[in-house]
Amino acid sequence: MSEAIVEDNEQLQPDEEGFTRRGFVKVAIGGMGVVYAGAIGYPIYRYLETPVEKEASEAAVKAVDLKDADKLPAGSTLMFMFGSKPAMLIHFATGEWVSLSAVCQHLGCILHYQPPAPRIVCACHGGQYDPHTGENVAGPPPRPLRKYIVKVLPGHVTVSKA
Amino acid sequence: MDKIRAYLDERLGLEGLLEFMSHKKVPIHRHSFWYYWGGITLICFIVQILTGILLLVYYRPGQGAYESVRSITYDINFGWLIRSAHNWSASLFLFSAFTHMFSVYFMKAYRAPRELGWWSGMILLALGMLFGFSGYLLPMDDLAASATKVGMAMLDILPKVGPWAADLMRGGVTVGDPTVQRFFALHVVVLPMIFMPLLGFHLWLVQKHGNAVPPSEYDTPVEERKSVPFFPNFMIKDLAMWLIALNVIAMLASLFPFQLGEQADPLKPAPPGIHPEWYFMSAFQVLKIVGKIIPGTPGEVVGMGGFTLGLILWVLIPLYDGKTESGVKARNAHYFGLLALGVLIITTIWGYAAL
Ligand code: HEM
Ligand code: FES
Repeated sequence: MSEAIVEDNEQLQPDEEGFTRRGFVKVAIGGMGVVYAGAIGYPIYRYLETPVEKEASEAAVKAVDLKDADKLPAGSTLMFMFGSKPAMLIHFATGEWVSLSAVCQHLGCILHYQPPAPRIVCACHGGQYDPHTGENVAGPPPRPLRKYIVKVLPGHVTVSKA
Repeated sequence: MDKIRAYLDERLGLEGLLEFMSHKKVPIHRHSFWYYWGGITLICFIVQILTGILLLVYYRPGQGAYESVRSITYDINFGWLIRSAHNWSASLFLFSAFTHMFSVYFMKAYRAPRELGWWSGMILLALGMLFGFSGYLLPMDDLAASATKVGMAMLDILPKVGPWAADLMRGGVTVGDPTVQRFFALHVVVLPMIFMPLLGFHLWLVQKHGNAVPPSEYDTPVEERKSVPFFPNFMIKDLAMWLIALNVIAMLASLFPFQLGEQADPLKPAPPGIHPEWYFMSAFQVLKIVGKIIPGTPGEVVGMGGFTLGLILWVLIPLYDGKTESGVKARNAHYFGLLALGVLIITTIWGYAAL
C-alpha cells in the first residue's frame, strides 16, 4: 500500500507558527526513538555495571579484622584485602606495626615489601616509598601510600581508615 | 549528511544496493500478511544474538553453570530480564519460523526457481531447533538436565550409530558437566557460525527472486496484480512489525520471567510432568502414542521411522510439486500440508493435555 508515502502537499505548507506535518512526525519518531533507547539501554547499562557497583560497596568498608594476625612474626609482612584493594600489614623487627595500601600510586602495580629493606620499591617503574610512613620518596609516584590505623589485640589485628 | 552519503556511495556503491532493494517488488493481495513472518523470525534472531552476548558476560559453562545462571537470575541487576528475553525470543523465533515455513508451503513458494530458498530455510529451522535444544541445557537445573537426558536417549534407540553418536554428544553415558561444556560450544560458537552465512544466502535468494504469489493470484492477469517496491514501502511496514515483535518480547519477558529450577542432581528422580520445550512436543507425543500401540523398541523405531519419512517428503516437496500450474500433484501437496499442520497442532495440544 503506497498511500502512506503519498504526500499531501497542502499539509506540508507551514502554518502561521511554522509547523508542518512532516516536522511533527519527525519529532514524534525521534521522541519515540529516545524512549526506546532509554528503555532498552538502561537495563543493559545496569546489568553490565553490577560488579562495579558491588565493588564500590565493598570499597566502602571502614575496617577489617585480621584473625590471628597478632602472631605475625617480627620482620615480616602480611598481604590482605582491605575491601576490594590489596594492602599490607608490616611487623618490623623493632616491634613496630604499620599498615599501608599495597597499590602503587603511580600506575597501580601491586607493591611488595620485605623488612628490613629501607624502602618499598615498585617493580614497575622504580617508584620508592618509606615503609614506616608510606611517603613517596623517589621515582614517579605522585602521592604517598594510604596509611591505615593498626590495633593489635589478643587473637586478632584490626586495621581501619583514619 | 549528504557529504557522508556521497563519500560512502563513491566507495561502497550504496546507490546500487538501494536500487537492488527497490527493484524487488512485494505483491499485494489478501494473503500479504504472511510475508511478514520471515522478517519477524529475523528480528528474533537479532534479539537472540544481543541478549546471548549479554548472557555471555556472566555465564560460565561446565561445573559452575548452575551457579552462574543463579547469579544472573537473582544477583545481577536486570539479569532475570535479559535471561527471560533470551528465552521468550527463542520461543517466538521458532514460532515465527514455523509460521513462515507453512506460509511458504501453502503459497507454493518452494516451486522453481525458489527451491534453494526452501531447502536453505529448512536447514535454518533445523539449526534453530538445535539452538533451542542446546541452549535449554545450559542452566543445568533439574528440568533442563532431565529433558536433555530424555532427548538424548531417543538418539540411543537408533540401532548401531545411535549410542555411539549420543555418547559423543553427551561426552559420556550421562548428561553431566562435560555435556554442558560441549553444548555451550555448539550453542554459542558452532551454530551461529553455520547459521549466519546460511541466513545471508537465504536472504539474498529472497531478494533475488522476490516473493512468490499464492495460487489464489494465478488467475489474475500479471498486469493487474498489485505490488509495492520492497524499499522503502514494504520495509517501513516490516520495521513496524519488528517494533511490535520487540514490544511483545519485552512484555512477555517482564510479565512472565523465565524460571530457574533446582540444581540438577544425578541421583534425584526425574521431576513429575517432565516434558520438552513446546517445539519438540509434537515429536515427543507421536513417540508416546506409537509406543502405546507397538510396545518396546520396535514401537520407537516405527515412530521415529515414520517421523523421518514424513520429514523427508516434506523437504523434498519442490521435486514432487515443482510445476507452476495447478493440477492433481498441486492439490495433493496442498492436502499433505494441511495434514502435516493438523498433526503438528493436534499432537502438540494432546501432548500438553496428557502431562
Ligand atoms: C549467537 C547467538 C546466541 C548466543 C551467544 C547465546 C547464548 C546463550 C547463553 C550464554 C545461554 C545460557 C544463559 C541462561 O540459560 O540464562 C543461553 C541459553 C539459551 N539460549 Fe541462547 N544464545 C544465542 C542464540 C540462541 C538462539 C538463536 C536460540 C533459539 C533458537 C537460543 C536459545 C536459548 C535457550 C532456550 C537457552 C536456555 C536459557 C535458560 O534456560 O535460561 N539461543 N544462550
Ligand atoms: S606503577 Fe609503581 S612506579 Fe609506576
